[in-house]
Amino acid sequence: MPDKAEARLEPGPEQVRYASILEKGMYVGLLLLFITFAIYALGIMRPYIPLDRISSYWSVNVHDYLHHANIKTGWHWVGMLHYGDFLNFIGIAILAGVTIICYLAVIPILLRNKDWVYATLAFLEVLVLSLAASGILAVGH
Amino acid sequence: MKIDKALLWSGLIGFLFLFILAPPAGAEEMSQGVEAASSGHVWWFWPLVLLLVTFVMGIFAVLGGVGGGVLFVPIISGFFPFHLDFVRGTGLLVALSGALAAGPGLLKMNLASLRLAIPVALIASTCAIIGAMIGLALPTNIVQIALGATIIGICILMLTAKKSEFPDVQQADRLSSSLRIYGVYQEGSTGQVIDWKIHRTPFGLGLFIIIGVMAGMFGLGAGWANVPVLNLVMGAPLKISVATSKFLLSITDTSAAWIYMNQGCVIPMLVVPSLVGIMLGSFVGVRILAVAKPVVVRWIVIGMLAFAGIKAFLKGLGIG
Repeated sequence: MPDKAEARLEPGPEQVRYASILEKGMYVGLLLLFITFAIYALGIMRPYIPLDRISSYWSVNVHDYLHHANIKTGWHWVGMLHYGDFLNFIGIAILAGVTIICYLAVIPILLRNKDWVYATLAFLEVLVLSLAASGILAVGH
Repeated sequence: MKIDKALLWSGLIGFLFLFILAPPAGAEEMSQGVEAASSGHVWWFWPLVLLLVTFVMGIFAVLGGVGGGVLFVPIISGFFPFHLDFVRGTGLLVALSGALAAGPGLLKMNLASLRLAIPVALIASTCAIIGAMIGLALPTNIVQIALGATIIGICILMLTAKKSEFPDVQQADRLSSSLRIYGVYQEGSTGQVIDWKIHRTPFGLGLFIIIGVMAGMFGLGAGWANVPVLNLVMGAPLKISVATSKFLLSITDTSAAWIYMNQGCVIPMLVVPSLVGIMLGSFVGVRILAVAKPVVVRWIVIGMLAFAGIKAFLKGLGIG
């Protein structure tokens, strides 16, 4: 009887898997972010925007920033990873992307349990987050 | 008592510090040209100040029971020379990182409920995308006015909203029953095993449409709204509400963060010092939490938020 009560207190297998992947992704993302920031701030890799000019950009709106710095929106940062400042986007993208992986990982468990509604909800969430990440939703001032 | 006085003084000194540092009114308007926007300080001056201020913010966020994002956006946009576009992008990443750090532990302890979070998150994250797109399309001054009004509204909510540790849910509604949104957890302080279920699920889910839009539009974490809706409207126990809310932010803020990131609103020189400051401040805050008086701290946090909200509102009107 106590075993049964204890079992009820335990999280379900999909929750355990989600938590495990989220934890790993969070640590990897944060670690990479701090390492790449050190590389950037210490000048180990040349930044796209020189450090002594960065304060010229952060007080203008994003449209002017992109225009004056000649930076393209969306996933163009991937082609600029050889610059110290853009290198930081690897860690940021992992932090912002780990949730999609967590959802993808729990869908098979939900399907195995014949939990069709939650499997569908999880799949829809993957679509929503992937759409946000895709960069095809363009907006501007 | 000494700790409370120290916190009160540190809060006041922090604000004086911000006043001295605050850029003059209209600085943003003056900086139409990129060259004109340079502040005259060495490049590391503002990131260093950002680190220090977010450190203090991290302490107060823990003690005041609020997320970092809700303090970050109004205070940093009100008193620092950074444009609101970048502050919102950074604020979302600050809130996201805090949620990612707390989420795994809360899920493993079964305090955050994945079954409760999945339907809520789908609505909130979809609406956060819409909110982010609206926020980036609107003129900055309009967003700033709306942000100020929202922050003042949050202060009123913090002053008036009651919390219910174990809400009385007589019967689960049909939707939550069919989705099997219920659970069990052990109350750490008493060892009592608590069975919980929820009610008013359709109404609660509807409120997450508004919460998602606001989270995306202003770059705020939405714990201030998640917790009252989960706890008071849907009837989840307070601990389940707080934990699930924190975990929810990792999904809601993810969708909005991608929109801001893809639009170029992320500058690493603002993001990393903010993350480090908030995290270090949170570690210190957790240690102070054991000895500080929550009521005093709560009043300081509400005062800070109210002041920052009024400042944002006036800045949007061009008079602050």
